[in-house]
Amino acid sequence: MEITFENMEDFARGAAFLGTGGGGDPYIGRLLAQNAIKEFGAPKVITADELDDDAAVFTAAMLGSPPVLMEKGCRGEDIDLAIHKLEERLGRKAEAILPIEIGGMNSTLPIMAAARLGLPIIDADGMGRAFPEIQMVTFSVYGCSATPLVVTDEHLNSVLVEADTPARAEGIVRAIAIQMGLSVMLSAYPLVGKQVKDYAVHGTLSLALGIGTAIREGRTTGNPVEELIGYLKTTPYYNHAKILFDGKVTDLRRETTKGFAIGHCLMDALDGSGRKMEIIFQNEHLIARENGVIKTIVPDLICMVDRETAEPIPVEHLRYGQRLKVIGTSAAPIMRTPEAMEVFGPRKFGLDEDFIPIEQL
Amino acid sequence: MRIGVDVGGTNTDAVLLDGDKVLSWCKMPTTPNVGGGITDAISKILADADISADEIQCVMIGTTHFTNAFVERKKLLPVGIIRIALPAAQALPPLMDWPEAVAEKVGGTIHLIKGGYQYDGRINEELDEAAIIAAALDFKEKGLRTVAVAGLFSSVNGDMELRAAEILKKHMGDISISLSHTIGRIGILERENATIMNASLAEMAKEVVKSFHQALKDLNITAPFYVSQNDGTLMNAEFVGKYPVLTFASGPTNSMRGAAYLSGMKDAIVADIGGTTTDVGMLVNGYPRESSVTVDIGGVRTNFRMPDIMAIGLGGGSLIKEEGLKVTVGPQSVGFKLLEEGLVFGGYTLTSSDIAVAAGYVDMGDPEKVASLPTGMIEKAVDVIHNIMADVVDRMKTSSDPVPLILVGGGSVLINRDIPGTSDTIIPGYASVANAIGAAIAHIGAEIDKVYSYDDIGREEAMALAKQDVTEKAVAAGAERGTIEIIDIEEVPLAYVPGGTVRLRIKAAGQLNFERKKNQDRLSVKG
Repeated sequence: MEITFENMEDFARGAAFLGTGGGGDPYIGRLLAQNAIKEFGAPKVITADELDDDAAVFTAAMLGSPPVLMEKGCRGEDIDLAIHKLEERLGRKAEAILPIEIGGMNSTLPIMAAARLGLPIIDADGMGRAFPEIQMVTFSVYGCSATPLVVTDEHLNSVLVEADTPARAEGIVRAIAIQMGLSVMLSAYPLVGKQVKDYAVHGTLSLALGIGTAIREGRTTGNPVEELIGYLKTTPYYNHAKILFDGKVTDLRRETTKGFAIGHCLMDALDGSGRKMEIIFQNEHLIARENGVIKTIVPDLICMVDRETAEPIPVEHLRYGQRLKVIGTSAAPIMRTPEAMEVFGPRKFGLDEDFIPIEQL
Repeated sequence: MRIGVDVGGTNTDAVLLDGDKVLSWCKMPTTPNVGGGITDAISKILADADISADEIQCVMIGTTHFTNAFVERKKLLPVGIIRIALPAAQALPPLMDWPEAVAEKVGGTIHLIKGGYQYDGRINEELDEAAIIAAALDFKEKGLRTVAVAGLFSSVNGDMELRAAEILKKHMGDISISLSHTIGRIGILERENATIMNASLAEMAKEVVKSFHQALKDLNITAPFYVSQNDGTLMNAEFVGKYPVLTFASGPTNSMRGAAYLSGMKDAIVADIGGTTTDVGMLVNGYPRESSVTVDIGGVRTNFRMPDIMAIGLGGGSLIKEEGLKVTVGPQSVGFKLLEEGLVFGGYTLTSSDIAVAAGYVDMGDPEKVASLPTGMIEKAVDVIHNIMADVVDRMKTSSDPVPLILVGGGSVLINRDIPGTSDTIIPGYASVANAIGAAIAHIGAEIDKVYSYDDIGREEAMALAKQDVTEKAVAAGAERGTIEIIDIEEVPLAYVPGGTVRLRIKAAGQLNFERKKNQDRLSVKG
């Protein structure tokens, strides 16, 4: 895969799909990447196989509240600083940048970081989707430490965090982010090549681009949703893909608990059959039930798209009356193991359900 | 007594209202110089009702002039751009993602300056006043006459933008200054875009306001005039000269507000059927439902308030075609040439109006001209017309409960059957000038968009504070206190913030305060 200024539009659209409703504004994400490509040139994309086993791999991400990110964007030097401070702490130079999550804005931010730092970017990430908390990545499932990590802000303040568990690192970073103005840059999970090879979800940059391209091409042939499903079925992870529901948003309720926006989206089927769907989301969509029966459950992916254009709709743009198709897909196999359920299974989001793969539903 | 005028691309409509009563109305062609069409239309309605100019208390004007000017890139001025946000947001420079042709016309001189606030109103960085002075001198040297200022979180606190405006005026003299906190919402790029658009239209806005003034002066009308905004509320003449961008999409809003007024309904679907297209929107509590997504205008992304309108290709002039066994209606149309080209008017093109006449439910033109159309085809075309309407109505609905449908516009006669999913179909009197009526009855409004902490002050108190703020803002804008209603509340909890930090967006509107206006006039006479 090659990153270009032009293909960032398809890429960001695909990343928004994989954001499963969360992950921040893909538009801002695309502009950040495009601006960096214009100024610094596009970064080279490599696969994890091309890394030495002890190569130093650094992640780059933004963390914050979506409306604040829409206002503040980022500075540029702030992400450089996060990487450099972590290099200092570890006494190693970064050899490649890895996206920690492919869903939403955090797919394009590492492209910006890699372009700015002149480093290659690895075609992989730590989940093949988006999740709300720092510990919710494959690396923490398989024992890699989230820390040392560095958080920076646009004033180039920086904080080095060392924590005993990824979950506690999450709590500390959240407190720092509030003080820093709810929009911070983050480099966590310093890894070596071998860990990336063993635990990353591979090929996800290419998959995001593929999804975005399928939607765009589908628009020219007239059936973007079908084209998208067709493409998903050819992929290694998202191959169990189906349209769960074709309906209209009839109710939307939101509440904030423990710093997360928990929401319920209710839909009525458009075919007049009286079927109803409820989707619960916490930044990202967690569970889709039709007339009370589970159709897809986290960590499998639930994505809502415009029923005609297949444009992915983030939760902050959900509203009454929208006509959407709900798409469910399988997650990568490494995301569906018993150990993974201990980190981002349904119960970790407060759902009183066990994971059932979409192909069995 | 008040006058409402709607200046569209094709027609200028005017109505004369005495309280709730329509005294006279007319439709005239829009003239290349906007003022001329207004003068013609107003003199006609005054003459028809035999009312003298000094009885008019105010004139409300809706216009699509500025939207068209931006989209067609006519008379746009180069803009001096100031962003007060450093060190934040540098990776998203101004004008990025504008179509090159537009960026070239308006862009060029950009100053990124230190300053701005946090989401909660804390200062993020002190304003670098020296840098504002330097920008002012640079703009002056380059001969720029209009400046756009956008500050970080200015929708939470606009003080730094206001301070920048003071400095700019001091060093540049009498120029146009557009401040982002008066135009847009959270989202710096989109708000800044709208502000730059506004600045580029500044000179034209002053000219148009002048031509409105002149038109009224020619008619001996001394009453003040107001221009309608895209949310269905009014701004005064001075304000429209400063904020032309707020008129964008006010046309469909006016028809919807007019439809609400004429039908007496507050919650309904409104379809404004014109010659070529039908605009369909949803009335919620008497106002159009707003679009929550960003809106592209002339290829530029903005986030200012816009009515949520779906436009479809059905109108009185829509072409009817037979393709095998299928009959299609539109989207091509003879448009305003219906009166020459439609069959019943002696023309040679089969239009949807001809079908309505042939089916026997509309009486216009010469029915003999369509007497030989095959019955099967007529029936099919009537079905298609109603199916198109049923589909778009269903798309706009927010629940499966039936809602009333109000039809306005010249093409409203096309519909004569009940539309599925609606409880009632209403074609009110004066439906063809609903847009001018909507302008005439528009209210004075105000909006706030701020972040509150429910943990600190509780939800009720935050709401009360916000409502009080927005009410005062509406009074300051000229609304009569007793009539002010909260018309919209949007409550969005912010993620990644400990319990209860919420972004509140509240809108209020009230009737124009004629009394105060009179008192002010009296005072000024004494003075």
